[in-house]
Amino acid sequence: MAKKPPEIPSASLADIAFLLLIFFMVTTTMDADKGLERRLPPMAENIDEKDAPPVKERNVFIVLVNKDNQLLVEGEWMNVRELREKAKEFMANPYDDENLPEKETKEVNFFGEVQVSKGIISLQNDLGTQYGTYIEVQNELVGAINDLRNELAKSKFGKSFDLLDKEKQDAIREIYPQRISEAEPKGIKPGGGK
Amino acid sequence: MSKFRKNGSKELPAISTASLPDVVFMLLFFFMTVTTMREVTLMVRQTLPQATELNKLEKKSLVSYIYVGVPQPQFQRVFGNEPRIQLNDEFHEVGDIIDFIVAERQARDEAEIPFMITSLKVDEYTKMKIVQDIKQELRRASALHINYSSRKRVENN
Repeated sequence: MAKKPPEIPSASLADIAFLLLIFFMVTTTMDADKGLERRLPPMAENIDEKDAPPVKERNVFIVLVNKDNQLLVEGEWMNVRELREKAKEFMANPYDDENLPEKETKEVNFFGEVQVSKGIISLQNDLGTQYGTYIEVQNELVGAINDLRNELAKSKFGKSFDLLDKEKQDAIREIYPQRISEAEPKGIKPGGGK
Repeated sequence: MSKFRKNGSKELPAISTASLPDVVFMLLFFFMTVTTMREVTLMVRQTLPQATELNKLEKKSLVSYIYVGVPQPQFQRVFGNEPRIQLNDEFHEVGDIIDFIVAERQARDEAEIPFMITSLKVDEYTKMKIVQDIKQELRRASALHINYSSRKRVENN
């Protein structure tokens, strides 16, 4: 009669598991990667400047950032902190000001006929601008639109924008589109641009 | 002593430790799943800019990272102290970005390619010139979905 082989002791199992556990606990970094999400415009094949539809001056919100990280918004010197309010006012145009963008009537789900702004935000920076400032400005512009969307979502659906389902979000996106265009920065060709 | 003891004198049994490994394993699996290990060692110094309107990067496997910043002190002798681009574990020039994007695409499933995101991890104090060049290269490689990596800013007003 063959001897039964002895069972493998499992007493050390817990120790091994603990060891692994401690290893993973130490190496874990819980912070999720976050950032400002943007989409670049596709590379234009060979579009003439003339082919682009003309945009009226009142429909463009021009933000310039120079190499000393100073802002020029619609021809006025401005602090970054004021930018959000200014951009919101531009995109919403609550009193149909003549200098602020035109609106067109659009049919949107859930809302019916709505006046949608034709405004475009144009951002141009210098090659010497600091990246931190650039992000700050982008953040304010994206934030302005997010604020408007949130306000609309709150007044219409009683919830913040993030909590709505997709169709409602799309409807609001249609009313406040994120139209931020980035012009080629100054100084890309030496002596080029004004 | 026996004053407090009932005549039956039943000893309280020791708590069974048989389930200890199970508990530990459960924790282990939790940490194993949430762990993301850094694949690359940072060779540039970075302070990410701060922002409030942040989006989370959902699918880690679809993200390619581009690091930009001043090289760490031990590399400065060779690579200088101007901001440089780091792809994977090496310093690269702007022109190498297309190759990098193509290689990243080849490593992924074809169906996943449209959902790929390029995360730009750029130091706050970098000048825009290098970022602009990267953006142009990314457009040329038609990797249009990008994410400017930044930290959450705590509002203090």
